[in-house]
This record gives sequence, structure tokens and C-alpha cells, in this order.
Amino acid sequence: MAIYTKEEAKQILDKALSFSKADTCEINLNASNEGNIRYARNTVSTAGYQSNQTLVVQSSFGNKVGVATIDEFDSASLEKVVRRSEELARLSPENPEFMPPLSQQEYLETSTFHESTAKVTPEYRAEVAAASIEPARAKDVTAAGFLNDSAGMSAMINSAGLFAYNQSTNVDFTVTMRSNDGTGSGWVTRDYNNVDRFDPVEASNIAIDKAIMSREAKAIEPGKYTVILEPAASAQLLGNMFGSFNARTADEGRSFMSKEGGGTKLGEKIVDERVNIYSDPQNPLVPTSPWAGDGQAYKKMNWIENGVVKNLAYSRFWAKEKDVEPVPFPSNGIMEGGDATLEDMIKDTKKGILVTRLWYIRTVDPQTLLYTGLTRDGTFFIENGKIKHPIKNFRFNESPIIMLNNLETLGQQVRINGNLIPYMKIRDFTFTSLSDAV
Amino acid sequence: MKRRDFAKLAGLGAGAAMLPATAFGKIISPEHLLSPGLDVGQKKILADVALNSAKGLGASYADARIGRYLNQYVFTREDKVQNVVNTESFGIGIRVIANGTWGFASTNDVTSAGIKKATEQAVAIAKANSKIQKEPVVLAPVESHGEVSWKTPIVKNSMEVPISEKAELLLDANAAAMKNGANYVNTALFMVNEQKYFASTEGSYIDQDVHRIWPYMNVTVIDPEKGKFKSRQGLSAPMGLGYEYMTPDPNETFEGIGGVSLFRNRYDLIKDASEAALQAKEMLSAKSVEPGKYDLMLEPNHLGLTIHESVGHPLELDRVLGYEANYAGTSFATLDKWKAGDFNYGSDIVNLVADKTQTGSLGAVGYDDEGVETKKWDLVRNGVLVNYQAIRDQVHMIDQNESHGCCYAQSWNDVQFQRMPNVSLEAGKEKYSPNEMVKDIEKGIYIAGRGSYSIDQQRYNFQFGGTVFYEIKNGEVVGMLNDVAYQSNTQEFWNSCAKICDESDYRMFGSFFDGKGQPSQVSAVSHGSATTRFDGVNVINTGRNI
Repeated sequence: MAIYTKEEAKQILDKALSFSKADTCEINLNASNEGNIRYARNTVSTAGYQSNQTLVVQSSFGNKVGVATIDEFDSASLEKVVRRSEELARLSPENPEFMPPLSQQEYLETSTFHESTAKVTPEYRAEVAAASIEPARAKDVTAAGFLNDSAGMSAMINSAGLFAYNQSTNVDFTVTMRSNDGTGSGWVTRDYNNVDRFDPVEASNIAIDKAIMSREAKAIEPGKYTVILEPAASAQLLGNMFGSFNARTADEGRSFMSKEGGGTKLGEKIVDERVNIYSDPQNPLVPTSPWAGDGQAYKKMNWIENGVVKNLAYSRFWAKEKDVEPVPFPSNGIMEGGDATLEDMIKDTKKGILVTRLWYIRTVDPQTLLYTGLTRDGTFFIENGKIKHPIKNFRFNESPIIMLNNLETLGQQVRINGNLIPYMKIRDFTFTSLSDAV
Repeated sequence: MKRRDFAKLAGLGAGAAMLPATAFGKIISPEHLLSPGLDVGQKKILADVALNSAKGLGASYADARIGRYLNQYVFTREDKVQNVVNTESFGIGIRVIANGTWGFASTNDVTSAGIKKATEQAVAIAKANSKIQKEPVVLAPVESHGEVSWKTPIVKNSMEVPISEKAELLLDANAAAMKNGANYVNTALFMVNEQKYFASTEGSYIDQDVHRIWPYMNVTVIDPEKGKFKSRQGLSAPMGLGYEYMTPDPNETFEGIGGVSLFRNRYDLIKDASEAALQAKEMLSAKSVEPGKYDLMLEPNHLGLTIHESVGHPLELDRVLGYEANYAGTSFATLDKWKAGDFNYGSDIVNLVADKTQTGSLGAVGYDDEGVETKKWDLVRNGVLVNYQAIRDQVHMIDQNESHGCCYAQSWNDVQFQRMPNVSLEAGKEKYSPNEMVKDIEKGIYIAGRGSYSIDQQRYNFQFGGTVFYEIKNGEVVGMLNDVAYQSNTQEFWNSCAKICDESDYRMFGSFFDGKGQPSQVSAVSHGSATTRFDGVNVINTGRNI
């Protein structure tokens, strides 16, 4: 299916908007092609391909809003979908939180589309699977992996004169390698906008090495340990923490960001002063669309600076209620790191645990941002600057806030799921029980 | 709908215009939810296009699923209707075996030309992947059903009930909670109608009409002075029922321990909302649990999730065999344990059954998504592991020749694979009530409703919270508790199962969002049980000061 160019998208959107008779109208156009391959037991299991295109029309009369969608873009279909959204708007209850469309915004230039990714073929996907399976088989290891590639475009127009357009591509890869004796497991993840940066052999070999290194793990007592968290281990905890960077729930008193006696923690130091987290759609390693789905412009934005909460996200409605500027939720997260490599950090650790990833993470208490979950696919005991031996997996109960207050060292950054996260050494990370899982 | 899309919709920070293109298919008018789709004759003609094209291209097997998925969602908070969304997703998914390898493709162009093109893609994918295929697909035989149909036995189609009536019910519930001291209330209704047509080269043409409903509620109270808040979720269960589920019936309402109201095949949303506010307020000052070993008394709407995670998932044969190793993980319940024939999954009163036929359950259908008639079978009998959950291309690996009928795809544009059927704990055979159970407990905790849940990738170590907790001392309920979570190991936990209440206490828990596979797919599943006691389980205190 076509990934419409800016001109083609504008033409479709202009045509659709020309049919509008509502007070306001906002139209989003999305199209994407997506392919995948899945393998397990050292052989391919499933593969698929999907194309989608959708036009979403939102019409309003006063505060009454109606939305309709269509996947055919001829003139008659466009008129039909606009009329339907208007009919639905007239039938809808008043929405007191409705915000009228934005006028044209200034958007940054970002580089999210790569032709090479858009041209990925079924044969390429099969080669990636083979690049995992063959070296795994040679080392008595079993590979199970998944590759997903996508190419798409988004555009929007509205009756207040706004037009926005972006194209993007992504490739996401994960592989789990398990030793054939069932006692070792390793894992790796990679994601890029440009598939040319992806080296499936390099990635697969890391997981194979971890599978072999983690065989016959020893049990050690649960408790508080110094940990070195690989970026994949901390990414989800940090992401969950960002769920609390919502001004409305903080103001309403039902968030970690709500303060004793009322008010929010905006402007307060909540973590170690070396913690700096920002978002930036233009970062060359993790570029994102320069605009949010409602047309707001993404800008570089500090969220935590020197440990202090610098911004909370305000929806346009909540910003109006509070008489502040709206701040969209970030499209990526970038945590500043340091120069230390993983090897440096291990060398510098007297006694600690290296964690490849944390898994099945769930909220235990939203009040304190306490989460539970388990280590997985490569957990190692470090003593006197060296990895001594693999250890059995642990369940943890920990809050990212406590974790970032117990920061020892920041290492180099790695791209994880569209974010940049550093290796981190954390003291007193709380493991509460042992797991027999490999 | 996929879980992440649901989260976006439920988050409601975004308008519908910000939702991804693939999430829902088309947004439609409520009237369109009741319009008939293609008639069965047309569907047969179109499905035959796929089957004949596939055979012509050299496929040894093909199936086609023409799906029309209708959804309606109504969201409210406090005194406002936030959003009403009606969606339709329509298309066809074609799965083939060529050169001993699966291939799948889908399209929303449900015309002869569109179907032929998608079939070509499916065959091309199968052939491309066959070059690295080491385990050619082996399918268990299946009965040819000819032209058949099945429908969820509902009393009232939810899609026929006016939106205004639904919104009014939710707003009345919100008002009841606010009247009792809630600061915030979110309620929602999710209604699903899957109109699925399946055809395969084995000679089956199956038309099914599947209905589900889920009333959601979350009530929050805050204490601004202390900067504290507590939330109490609704104690409904998503069900395979029509709108009749929303009509309260005193015969379907139970008084649980601590005065908590519990519901079976009919739900009283307003009653639950009123009590939720009072219980959330009580939580603000409830005692923090003393960690240690307790006898746990687990109510069905809580125990269902524990069954789901510690029995349902580890006994999925594809997990056991390693097909899910890269995502959800593998399983401790390995083939050698099953083959031994004496693996003590639980104590001898533990009987766990898989069932795709149970009336009112989310998993109930007449035929699965590869044309196998559904059934009920044992997983654990008298405490011993006796079987797994397996589909046509798996059963030969456990020396069986009949699929269990638990293959499912979340939509026409996702490939079908093995999914968890309803997995339930049989009720105790002797007459025994929850009140009698309390009297038999010296030091225990009663847990009702779902809470935090986490389990490792081989399903050994788990940790569960709940919605409400009551302390039991010397046969009496002494008050509400906070900060409770229990940690255990699956085999140890089920072997500590000491007593199960009788059939009159049997109810179902349900989830719309059981996730599995890559790309991830959700499926809806129920788990039945009666209140059950587990002895000497490790309870931790989850309270922290930040």
C-alpha cells in the first residue's frame, strides 16, 4: 500500500476538509506497511505482512464532537466520512473538555524515515532468522526470536489552518537463546529507524554468549544488593515512572507526584542530582515525529534536571484549566549517561549483580511507584571487579524513585525501544525472593 | 482491540483522532452495529476463492477466516460521559501450508481479487520460510463439519441497548460512589461482538456469533493532608454474556467475608460503586499487614488470576515446547513431568479443567479458529498433571491425535495459534461455605478481587496482590488490611491447597486481555472456582516511605 508523500497526503486531506460543514474539523491520515518473522526451536514458526491506511475525521458543533473513519480515499468516500462524523457529532453529548483545533504550529525537522527499512523483503527477514539460528545451532543453543519492520506516514489537517506530515520507519528485534541443556538463557534487543544499522549476527552472538555464560546458575540469598542494570533492565521502570509525570492526576491528588498537604512535586528534588532526563524529537539516535497526534509540536523538554522535576505533562484542556502552557507527553526519553563502559563498571564493583533485563513488571503500589518483577536471561554475580558466576533469578520489589536515589554510577547510553538509557550502577536494590526459572 | 490500544483509549488523554490507524478498523455509527454483515452464502463463495487459490498455488492445506469484529465502548468519569466509540473491523485472514511450512496473509479487500492477492502472499511467505524450516508442519486429523453455525447464548444483545441507557447506568453508579465519599470515579462498558466465518480445505464452513461484555469501575479517594490516595476496582468480571449481565439479581449477588458484595452471572454496578467508595475510605486508615506466613482464603474473582498465571499459562503446550521462549517464556511443567504420570501439581483435592464450552465464560465458542469442535478436558486430576492445551499442529508432539480445540486469533488480520481455554478449579464435593472456612482459620487473610500480579517466565515464582484484604484471627474477621501481597512457588502453592468451598460458591473471574505471541495478541478467558484455602503462604508488606 502507498506510503503517501507529503503532497499526496495534502491533496487527500484538502479534499476531505473541503466537505466539512461543521464548526471545526480535524482530519488525520495514517498509512503503514508492516512485516515480521518469528522463529523458535531453531526454525521459523510464523511470518506475516500487513498494510493499513485510515483517515480519521473529527467534527464538532460547539462542544459536541463526532469521529468517523474510512480506509477508501475517493471523493465520494471522503465526503461520506465527513458527513458521518458530523452526524455523530450532532448526536453526541456535550464534551466539556473539548478543545478547538490548533492553528499552524512550528515543527522541527526530524529524520525518522529510511528507504532501506521500507524496502525490507520476506527474504531479508528469513536471513535475519538464519543469522540467529545458524550460530546458535553451532554452539548447542536454541534460538527463538522476532523481527518486525514497519514503514508508515502520518499527516493531519484542520479547519484552523494546521497541516502536519511525517514519515517513519522502524525495525525491532529481540532474540532469546537457550542452552540445550535447559540451564542457561540469554537475550538481546535492538531497535532502529534505519535497518542498515542493524547487525543480526552481532546481536545474536551476545545472546548466545549470555546463554552459555548463564548455565548452571548458583542460588544466593535474596536481599539488598548493588546492581549494574543494563539499559534494557531499567527502561521499563523508567517508562513507568513517566506515567506519573501527568499534571492532572498530580493536581487531583492521586499520583506519586501529588504532595502532602496538596499541590505537586513540580520543582522538587525527587532523585539523585546526577539524574537528568529529557526528551528531544531531533536526537539523531532516537528521532521521533515532530508533532503529536493532535498537532502539538514536540520540542526538546527537560523532565528531570539535576534530580529536580522540571516539567509535568499538561493536556490542552488541563493547561487551560490551570492557565499554563500545554506540554505534550514526550515521544522519547533520554537519560544522560556517563563515559563508563560496562566493563569499567564491573571492574569498579567489589560485590554486586549484573542484570540483563527485568521482566513481568507490574505496579504494586501507585502511591510509592513500587513495582515487582523478575530478573531474566542472564543474571551474574560480580566480586572484586569480575563476573564470578551466574546466579539464579530474583524477584524484586523496588521503586524507580528509590532506585534513582541510590545511584552510584552512570555509564554509556544505549538505544532501547526508541529511548536512550545509560548503564546504571545502583546500591541497595531490593530482591525479595528466588526464582527457579531459567 | 489490542491491550496497548485499549490503554490509550482508557487513558483518554487522547481523542479518538490520535489513535493509531490499525487499532479498531472503522469508527461507525451505533446503528451500524446492528446491520447484518455478509450473508453466509456470500462468505462461503469468498472463502472458497481463498481455498481454491491456495490449492492452485501448491498449498497442501488452507483455511480462511472472514471476520467482522464489532466493538462499543462507553467511558465516563464522575458526572461526565467522556467518550463513546463504535467500531467495525472487517477483513479476511488466509493461512496456508506450502512445502510443509505455515504462511499467513490478510486483507481488508474482501473481494475475489483482494483474496487471491492475499492468498498469493501467504503462499509466497510459506515458500520463502520453508528454506529454513526444519520441522515440517504435522496436522492432527479433524472432522469435516460441513456448514454449521454457533452463537453465544445471550438473552439481550448489548449492541441493541441505547447508548443513553448505558451512559445513564454508569453515571448513576458514579453518583452513588461520589455520594459515599469518592473523590473520583471512572466507569466504562466494553461490548464485543465477533462475527466469525471459518472455512478450510478439510471441508468445514463454520459461522459463529460471539458476544462478550465487561463493566469496568475504579473508585478513588484521596487524603490531601497526608498526600495519600486509595483506589478500589469494581468486583465485576468480564463475561461471555449479553446486556442481561447488567441487570442486578439478588440470587446472583453474594455477601462475601467482611461484608463485600460479590457477583456471579448478574452484576449490580450501583451497589458495587456505593460499597467501593466506603471500602476505599476504609483503606486509607486500615492496618498495614504484619509480614509472615498466613492461611489465605482466596475468593473466586481473585483466585481466577492466580489460576490463569500459575496453571493456565504453564500448561500451554507451545510454551512447554519453546515456541514462546522469546516472549512470555517457557514452562516448568516439562514433558518429562507429564510423562511420569505422578507429578504432584497440587494436593489431591486439586482438579483443574480446561473448557471451551462453559456457558457465560469468555472462552466459550462452538468451534475454534481452525475448525475443531470445542470440548472440556482435564489438566490436573486429583492433584496430578495429566494433560496440556494443544492444537492441530501440536498434539502429535504429545502422542495424541485429536486437537483440544483451543486455537484463536484476536482478529482476521492476525494469525491463529494456541490460546488458553477457560481453565477452572473444580468446586469442593462436600457442602462447605466461606463462613465455615473462616471459622476453621486461626491466622489468615481473606482476599477478594484482582490486584497486582507477576510471575516468572517458567511460572515458578509469583507475587499477587488483591482488591480488598481482611484479617482473620481465631475464626473471626477482625478488620481490613493494607499493603498485602503473597509470594509463592506454583507447585508449593497448589500443594498447600487445603479446602475448597462447594459448588454454590462457584463463580468466574475473567480477563479481556490475556497477552501472548509476537506480534502480541490478546484473548479473552474466564477462570472459575469456589473460595479456596491455601495454608502457610508467605505474605509480604508492600508499604514504602518515599
